Amino acid sequence: MIEGLSVTLAHYLVVSAVIFGLGTVIALSKRNAVAVLMGVELMLNAVNLTLIAFSRFSSAFAQGEEPLAGHVFVVFVLTVAAAEAAVALAMAVLVYRHRETVDLDRINLLRG
Amino acid sequence: MESPGIILAFWILSAITVGGCLMVLIARNLLHALVFLVLAFLGMAGLFLTLSADFIAVAQILIYAGSIAVLMVFAIMLTPLAARDNSNSLYVLPALAAGFGVAALIALVAVVTPWHELRGEALQANAPVTTVAVIGDLLLGRYVLPFEVASILLLFALLGAIVLVHERSREDSR
Repeated sequence: MIEGLSVTLAHYLVVSAVIFGLGTVIALSKRNAVAVLMGVELMLNAVNLTLIAFSRFSSAFAQGEEPLAGHVFVVFVLTVAAAEAAVALAMAVLVYRHRETVDLDRINLLRG
Repeated sequence: MESPGIILAFWILSAITVGGCLMVLIARNLLHALVFLVLAFLGMAGLFLTLSADFIAVAQILIYAGSIAVLMVFAIMLTPLAARDNSNSLYVLPALAAGFGVAALIALVAVVTPWHELRGEALQANAPVTTVAVIGDLLLGRYVLPFEVASILLLFALLGAIVLVHERSREDSR
């Protein structure tokens, strides 16, 4: 193939940056707590893509570096994301029971 | 990464993933946004496959597109009186500015930095046949302590979620 068409590390990093930016927009601008959590999950996912891309393209493994350590990090990120989603959604349900809403700009009990 | 199949797969999967994220942002119904989120997760799993990360791709489908999506469906269904429209708060313009700034900064750094990456033949030679065995060795060898800490974290997160939403009987709470 032509040299200019091949997929390099930078391609994956740019895609990851775009997804991270969209996740940031969703997490900051949405009103519903569940929608905010969707944005946070997208940001975590973008980081996962970065880790896997570096793990695949890195030239350090040829020099005896531990291969696939990036994959192990992604496994930990997946674990923490699952735990975080479980606790955050439980808190959303709990807040709904007390206030009958999960809109973040109506949950202002702590306002001074 | 020079074979036409990989290049085509990369562009199509990237379009699916980014398009899914955009639809999460602009969908009018929260459940529709959730469906597009699952689409974005599946596209991301495909991107992992183009990077020869088979185990991570399967774990992504199981955990993100499976369990987290189901958890979110339950959270939406258990809050029936809350607003179902995927509306924005007052902070749309600051959020757009922040997101665009972050994405542009990371993309600029990623493009400008001279990465010492493998290309062509060396990249082909470096492709792992399967990653499961190596990941298993690492998880129970060099990274066994983080592995145990992660399992304790999961256990306590599940316990915390159960305790939080546990409905006490009338006699208990009064």
